[in-house]
Amino acid sequence: MNNRGWFRNGMLALGLAFLYIPILSMMFFSFNNSRLVTVWDAENSPTRRWYVRLLENDQLLGAAWISVQVAAMTATGAVILGTLAGLVLARFGPFRGRAFLSAMTTAPLVMPEIITGIAMLLLFVSLEQLVGWPEGRGMLTITIAHITFAMAYVTVVVQSRLAGFDEALEEAALDLGAKPATVFFRITLPLIVPALVSGWLLAFTLSWDDVVISQFVSGPGSSTLPMEIFSRVRRGVSPDINALATIMVLIVATGVVLSTLYMKREEKRRLREEQMARSGS
Amino acid sequence: MNRALATLHSLAGKRLVIGVPYVWLLLFFAIPFLIVFKISFSWMQPIQPGYAPLLAWVEETQRFVATLNFSNYQALLQDSLYLSTFLYSVKVAAISTIFCLLVGYPMAYAIARCAPSTRNLFLMLIILPFWTSFLLRVYAWIGLLKTNGVINNTLLALGVIDEPLTLLYTDFAVYIGIVYSYLPFMILPLYSNLEKHDLTLLEAASDLGASPMKAFFKVTLPLSMPGIVAGCLLVFIPAVGEFVIPSLLGRTDQLMIGTVLSAQFFGARNWPVASAVAIVLLLMLLLPILLFQRYQRRELEAAKR
Amino acid sequence: MAQKPVDRGQEYVRIEGVTKRFGDFVAVDNVSLSVFKGEIFCLLGGSGCGKTTLLRMLAGFESPTAGRILIDGQDMAGIPPYDRPVNMMFQSYALFPHMTVEKNVAFGLEQEGLSKSEIAKRVSEMLDIVKLGEFARRKPHQLSGGQRQRVALARALVKRPKLLLLDEPLGALDKKLREHTQFELINLQEQLGVTFVVVTHDQEEAMTLATRIGVMNKGQIVQVGTPTDIYEFPNSRFVADFIGSVNMFDGQLIEDEPGHVRIRCNELESTVYVSHGISAPPEAKVAVAIRPEKIEMSRTAPISNENCAQGVVKEIAYMGDLSVYLVRLESGRMVRVTIPNVERHADERIVWDETVHLSWHPSSPVVLTI
Repeated sequence: MNNRGWFRNGMLALGLAFLYIPILSMMFFSFNNSRLVTVWDAENSPTRRWYVRLLENDQLLGAAWISVQVAAMTATGAVILGTLAGLVLARFGPFRGRAFLSAMTTAPLVMPEIITGIAMLLLFVSLEQLVGWPEGRGMLTITIAHITFAMAYVTVVVQSRLAGFDEALEEAALDLGAKPATVFFRITLPLIVPALVSGWLLAFTLSWDDVVISQFVSGPGSSTLPMEIFSRVRRGVSPDINALATIMVLIVATGVVLSTLYMKREEKRRLREEQMARSGS
Repeated sequence: MNRALATLHSLAGKRLVIGVPYVWLLLFFAIPFLIVFKISFSWMQPIQPGYAPLLAWVEETQRFVATLNFSNYQALLQDSLYLSTFLYSVKVAAISTIFCLLVGYPMAYAIARCAPSTRNLFLMLIILPFWTSFLLRVYAWIGLLKTNGVINNTLLALGVIDEPLTLLYTDFAVYIGIVYSYLPFMILPLYSNLEKHDLTLLEAASDLGASPMKAFFKVTLPLSMPGIVAGCLLVFIPAVGEFVIPSLLGRTDQLMIGTVLSAQFFGARNWPVASAVAIVLLLMLLLPILLFQRYQRRELEAAKR
Repeated sequence: MAQKPVDRGQEYVRIEGVTKRFGDFVAVDNVSLSVFKGEIFCLLGGSGCGKTTLLRMLAGFESPTAGRILIDGQDMAGIPPYDRPVNMMFQSYALFPHMTVEKNVAFGLEQEGLSKSEIAKRVSEMLDIVKLGEFARRKPHQLSGGQRQRVALARALVKRPKLLLLDEPLGALDKKLREHTQFELINLQEQLGVTFVVVTHDQEEAMTLATRIGVMNKGQIVQVGTPTDIYEFPNSRFVADFIGSVNMFDGQLIEDEPGHVRIRCNELESTVYVSHGISAPPEAKVAVAIRPEKIEMSRTAPISNENCAQGVVKEIAYMGDLSVYLVRLESGRMVRVTIPNVERHADERIVWDETVHLSWHPSSPVVLTI
C-alpha cells in the first residue's frame, strides 16, 4: 500500500511539474536581456526592458483593448443565453425540439474550432449578401461567434448547478403563491449565482483566449490580442511575448487563488455552522 | 387575474424562454453548417462572395438552373494529399489522446485518493493553467524545445548530449503540445468519476483475496470507463481539427487537416473545397461527437439523483 | 390517539375518477375520494403506489390525465399552484437556503401583497406557535432537522390555507423526535382548524395522525376508513398483510349462515368458526386472517375442538414490551404469536421447543374474499 502511495504522489508531482515548468520558464526568461530569449545573458539580466517595451507597443495594447471589450460582451451575452438554455433543459420537462436544443448546446464543447470558424464566416458572408447585415466583419461578428460557442459552456455549468439543487424549492415557491417569473428571480436566480459568476468568467476566458474562430470572423482593424500574439509567435520566440505572458499569468493566478481561498473559507464557515446546528443549539 | 389569461401569459413566457436560446443557436450554430454544406457543392469564383450560387437564373431559358458540383469531393478522394492529411490528423490525435490518458489517469487517481482538504488545492493547480492563455502555453514550448532552447541547453550543459537535438517541428512536439493543452480536459472527467467510487469496494475486493494490483484492474478501472471515454473524447475530437498547435510546433512537410483547411481558406481562397474538407471532417467526427453527447446527458441525469 | 368523530357533512376535497399516466405507466388509477373539513386524512402505501402523485395533483404540480379535483366546490382544472387555496409541506422541506427563517416564512405572505407590518406580525406569531422565535435570523443550514421541519410547517401554515398537504412530514426525523412531533402536529391542526392530507409510507405514523386512512396500492385506493377499521376490518388480503402483521390461512367456506361461518383450512387441523356472516358464494375460496396478538398460547389444550391448533415453539424474539413467538404447526406452517411481557420475571414463560396449544376467539378472525 505504501508503495502505491509513493507511486501516486510521484506521478502527481511529475504531472504538475509538466504543467508548470513551461510556464515558469517562460516567466523566468521574460527578465532575460538577450534577444535569443532562452540564452541567459548573465551580465545584463534581470531586466525590465521587455516590460517597458510592451507598454509602448500600441498595436498590442490596442488589440488587448479590443479583446477585453469582446470578452466582456461575450461573457455577458453567453451568460444570458446560457442561463435560459440551461433553465429550459433542466427544468422545462419534455417539449418538442428539446433533444435538438440539447445537442446544439453540447456540440460546441467538442467541435473543432476551425469548423465552427468556417461555418460562422460563411454564415456572415451569406447573411450580408441576403439582408445586408452584418456589414463587413469586425468586433460585432467576433462577439456573436464567441457568444455562440461560449454559451454552450455556460449552459452546462448552469444545467449541472440546477440539477444539483432540489426542484422542490421552486415548487415550494409556486405553492406559496409566487408566479413563475417571481420564482425565477427570487429563488432560482439567487441560487445559481455562483454558477453564473463562474460561467461569466469561463466565457470571458474562452473569448479572451480564442484565436482560431476570431481569425475567421474578424475584419480589418479588429485584430484581437490572441490574433496579434499568434502572428508574432509564428515568426518564433520574442522576449516581449514572454513579458506579456508573465503579466497575464500573474493576473489570472491571483484571481484564481483569491477566489479559491474565498470559497474555501465560506465552505468552512458553513460546515462549522451545520455542525453547531446538529449538536442542537 | 383572469385564469385563462394567466395561463396564456405563462405559456407565452415559457415559449419566449425556450425561443430565445433556440433561435440563437439555430441561426448561429445549426444553419451555418447547412451553409457550409451548400457551399461545398459550389464552384469557386474569383469575385465576392468567393463561390457561385447553386441556383442561377438563366436568361435564355427563363428558368432557374441548379448546378451541383461534386468535384470538390472528388478532389478530396483523388488527391492523396488530403487522404494522407486526414490519416495523419487522426494518428496524431489518437496518439496524443493515449499519452494524455497515460499522464492524466494517475494524476486524477492520485487527487481522488488524497485527503478531501487537499483535493481542491490540487484541482485548482490543474485548472489554473487552463485559465491562462492557451496560445501562450503552446508558445512556452517553443522556448523549451527549440535548438538553443531550455531543454537542449540544459542537456548540453549537463553533458548528456554533444549536439542539440531536433525537438521542435516534429511529431513529438505536436504530441507534447496537445497533451499539455488538453490535459485538464482529460483529468477533470476522470477525477469526477474516480472521486465518486465507493472505497469499500476495494476493501471488499481485498477481503476476498485480490491483490491491490488486481483490485485496481478488476474494480477501479472498469468502473472508471465512463470517465475514460469522456476524457478521451474531449481530447480526441478537438485534437483532430487542431490548428494552432501544429502550426507552431509541428512539421512543415506533413500538415494536419486544420492547417490545410486554413490554407485553402485564406491562402488559395478556395471556399468550396475548404467547405468540402470541413464537411468530411465533421462527418468523421460525428460518431465521437454523438458518443460524447450521450455521456454528457447521462452525467446530467446522474446529477439529478 | 383516540379517534375523533368526523363530521361527514362537510366535504372539502372531492376527487372524482382521477387517473394520471406518465407515458405507459399508470401512476394513479381511477381514484375517487372525499376528504372532510377539519380531518387529518392519510394516504398510506408503499413506494410507487401513486400517493405522492395524487398529492402533487392536489397541489397543482401535476394535472390529471382524466377525472377532476374539486376543492371547496371549485374545479381545480387549469388552476396553477400559485392560485390554489392549498399549501404543501415538502418531504425535503424545500426551505430556501439563501433566506433566513423569517424570510422563508414571510415569502408566501409577500406574494399576497400584504403590508410590511402585517407580514412581520403574522410571521412572528407563527414562529411563536412553532416555538422558533429565537431562530428567526438563522439560515436553514444553521438549524437541526426538527427545527427545519417546523420552519417548513410554519411557512405553509402562515398563509392560513384551508388545506395543508404534507408529504412524509416526519420522514426525515429520527424515531424519538418523530413521536413527539406527531402529537405537536395534531395539536396544531386542532388549534388552527386546517384540513390535513398527509402522505406517508409509515403505518404507525398514519395510525397516530389520521382520522381516516386511505390505503393505496398500484395507483388505486384499496380501502378507506378509520385506523381501527383498517386494522381490525381489512377488506382485502393486501390491506390485512400491509397493515401490521397477520397470519393468513387459505381455506374453503363449508358453512355460511347469517350469524356465523365455518371455514376449513388445509394448514389447520380444526375448522375455523367465525362469529359473523360474510357475503360470499358457497364453497368459495377465502382467506382467514388472524392478528398475532389475538392468538392465545398455553401449555394446556383448549376445551373446544374449533379455532385451535397445536405446535412447537421454534423461535422467540424478545422485543421488550412484548415477545414474538414463531410456532410450527404439524402441517409445517409457521404461526406468529405475540405475548405482552406483563411480568418482569420470566420463570413461567414458554421456551424453545415446548409444545403449545394455540386458540382464538370466534370474533377474532377476519374472512377475506379478495
